Amino acid sequence: MPETTLSEQLPAGQTGTPVLEVSDLSAWYGEAQALRNVSLEVRVGEVVTLVGRNGAGKSTTLRSVMGLHRHISGNIRLDGQDITSRTAERRARAGIGWVPDDRGIYASLTVMENLTLPPVVDRDAAWSLERIFEHFPVLHTRRNFPGTKLSGGEQQMLAMARPLRMGAKMLLVDEASEGLAPVIVTQIGDIIREIKKSGVSVLLVEQNVNFASTVADRHYLLAEGEVVESLGNDEFQSRLEELLHHLGM
Amino acid sequence: MSEHLVGTSHLETAATAAPERRERAWARPLYLLLALLLACALPWFIYPPIALDILCWGLFAISVDLLLGYTGLLSFGHAAFWGSSAYITGIVAIETGMPFPVAILLGALAAMVIAVPTGWLAVRSTGIYFAMVTLAFAQMLYFVANRASGLTGGENGLQGIPRPFFGMELIETEAFYFYYAALPLIILGCFIAWRTVHSPFGRVLLAIRDNPARARALGFDVEGYKIVVFVISAGIAGVAGGVFSSGHGFASLNDLMWTTSGKAVLITVLGGIGTLWGAMVGSGILVTLEDYLTTLGFEGIGIVTGTMFIVIVLLFRRGIWGSVQQAWHWALGKARLRWG
Repeated sequence: MPETTLSEQLPAGQTGTPVLEVSDLSAWYGEAQALRNVSLEVRVGEVVTLVGRNGAGKSTTLRSVMGLHRHISGNIRLDGQDITSRTAERRARAGIGWVPDDRGIYASLTVMENLTLPPVVDRDAAWSLERIFEHFPVLHTRRNFPGTKLSGGEQQMLAMARPLRMGAKMLLVDEASEGLAPVIVTQIGDIIREIKKSGVSVLLVEQNVNFASTVADRHYLLAEGEVVESLGNDEFQSRLEELLHHLGM
Repeated sequence: MSEHLVGTSHLETAATAAPERRERAWARPLYLLLALLLACALPWFIYPPIALDILCWGLFAISVDLLLGYTGLLSFGHAAFWGSSAYITGIVAIETGMPFPVAILLGALAAMVIAVPTGWLAVRSTGIYFAMVTLAFAQMLYFVANRASGLTGGENGLQGIPRPFFGMELIETEAFYFYYAALPLIILGCFIAWRTVHSPFGRVLLAIRDNPARARALGFDVEGYKIVVFVISAGIAGVAGGVFSSGHGFASLNDLMWTTSGKAVLITVLGGIGTLWGAMVGSGILVTLEDYLTTLGFEGIGIVTGTMFIVIVLLFRRGIWGSVQQAWHWALGKARLRWG
């Protein structure tokens, strides 16, 4: 999507300001290098996807940004501040929200406890419970149920609602649509658009490129740990067939 | 910790609670009353020092369960806190003549102080490494206590620990009355453990136990939480150790031995990991059994307890109390299905 279109959708004063800047990020698992000089940025209220095959380094990029993978080099900045040396909990408190691919719901806690237990890191930005339940009505119905009793879609909604409740300004979402029924994927798409409207930025790892094209403003293509292309959504959609072939999907 | 509940609105009220929760709300005071009655009746049926032992070992195992069941940390060196408190309680009582509850609380405080550096180092490792670090600390304390014989009595132990209590001779000399004087301290330890588990702090511990990396990504200082619960657990173990040494009138190197830590873990597993009160059940069974076998003159107690441990681990993974709870819920569910 062209930047002017994006700017029109954003609240005044938030146009094009980068929230997350990643430069020359390299990551290793032991001797094996998983990421090579990955650079990307996500602006305020923007939804950006990382697209690529299995093993391309998408999840490693997210884990490195979150601070869960520490064997890295490069630079990560949030709101202009260097957070590279910060621990994961300090990054979370700085406003990065994590939605892991396994949803990360605590089975021993109820939906309500999953929502209210994490610290509120930004009172102004934090979504109230009323607002959460307005956008995720199923969570209100299920609020006293333990995490284990939720369906995959409900777990995904809870996983996305949790960082919003904390007041995160930058969501890292790993495979939001994975293993979900098409109708639930559509709902998740609506929720991501709603999140975007509220000014929260999203970095989304996605294998489902059709889904990615319906929610994202821009896309980074990863292959063998490198960013091989950066595309606006219009170009991404026009080259979808070619990209699917290139990605082997 | 208040920030964790910021914004919890009227939406979370008793009216919206699930039926299971409402049931628990009325059942809890009843269970509590039954437990209190049982604790008060115990020395009428069991030799009072054995009854006190059951409570002490039970509370000690509760402190282990707080780490093992609710935080996922297996401490194999908890004797360090039980034993150090036993010694400090004895030294304070002998040297100052303070009332025994004060001596015990000072002993527990000393255990907590020792737990700060121990926990600070130990929580940086997990699994078997955590167990080994805690074991190493306990063994270190064991050798320190052995060498400092001027203070601890060395291999002879600290003998003749008095239990002064405002000149009340019956409590100071009779095990039966001492049991009731010490019972509030045991209840205090249980309450602290219960409160810890049923607080937002306790919920965070569960979150850490289930997945530490995830908890970190939610902004929780995982190491910080682990240190705090380690110190709380040490304090509870300290209360148990202090009551134990006061009750028996001596503290020995055995209190700091790795076998003491092992016995606490055994009781926890026997009762049921993550059940809290299961520790008291496990303690009741193990201490009574040990006493019975000793009375019979049977010397292979380890063979019996070891076999019990194997059977429980293989057949009843939830422990005795955990299995009873499971059976109770199963029966309740069946009854509901049948009679609505």
